[in-house]
Amino acid sequence: MTDQSSSVGDDPTDDSTKRMERLTAVRPRLLSFARLHLRDNAQAEDAVQEALMAAIEKDASFAGRSGYETWVFGILKYKILDGLRMQKRQGQWQPLEDETDDDAIDRQFQQNGRWHEGARPLGWGEPETVLDNDHFWQVFDACMIALPDTIARVFSLRELMGLSTEQICHEIGIKENNCWVILHRARLKLRSCIEKGWMKGQEK
Amino acid sequence: MIVMCKEATRLMSLKQDRLLTLKERISLRVHLMMCDACRHCDDQFGLLHKIGDKIEEDLDEETRTHRHGQ
Ligand SMILES: [Zn+2]
Repeated sequence: MTDQSSSVGDDPTDDSTKRMERLTAVRPRLLSFARLHLRDNAQAEDAVQEALMAAIEKDASFAGRSGYETWVFGILKYKILDGLRMQKRQGQWQPLEDETDDDAIDRQFQQNGRWHEGARPLGWGEPETVLDNDHFWQVFDACMIALPDTIARVFSLRELMGLSTEQICHEIGIKENNCWVILHRARLKLRSCIEKGWMKGQEK
Repeated sequence: MIVMCKEATRLMSLKQDRLLTLKERISLRVHLMMCDACRHCDDQFGLLHKIGDKIEEDLDEETRTHRHGQ
């Protein structure tokens, strides 16, 4: 990271202009990430707008540290957490009980605890190949949107935001045990939904 | 403790969020040895766990492209 000499004719304002262009380029991805968490278009747009504003405001403090896009992404994560806290304060969240029915899960298993024949998980292929496939991401987004709100929120805090279950309990105000139960449901529902969409795409 | 698929998926999920106890680990491992479907499920939960990192990696990639590509 000491290789500053190669950037010939560096004008700081010029760099800054380039960074603005990069913000524009990365904006759609920030928006779809924010949507997964906030599950509301307007609020997702607000969070992204605030993050972009903060990035421009703090541009001088970025000062060429590595990873501009991830730096902006880090700012967005804070804005999303702010947005989630506001949703919670304003009572926009469904009570948890509404979504914690076991029906959808029980449909995947028989009484004796084995998979139902039609629900048995199949192989998806090499993880690297799967994660590089655009179709997989389309299916993933669609399945996230189909998840009930609270389940999706807990899942995205854990797996997209990387919070620990302890931190999630603190944010959402639930017991850690409850958090694990919700994550189990989220993963089972997601895997089943993704498998349907993913396999359908592979058949073509 | 012998576990069935449903309980095994609970342990697979838990494994992504906290360390399993020795008993839990053994129960899960034995079940996975005997059950193809649960092995697939375990891989899938593992893949879902990688999604956050993948999003960050792709953004890093974007940064590198800008650094070298202009
Ligand atoms: Zn099994």
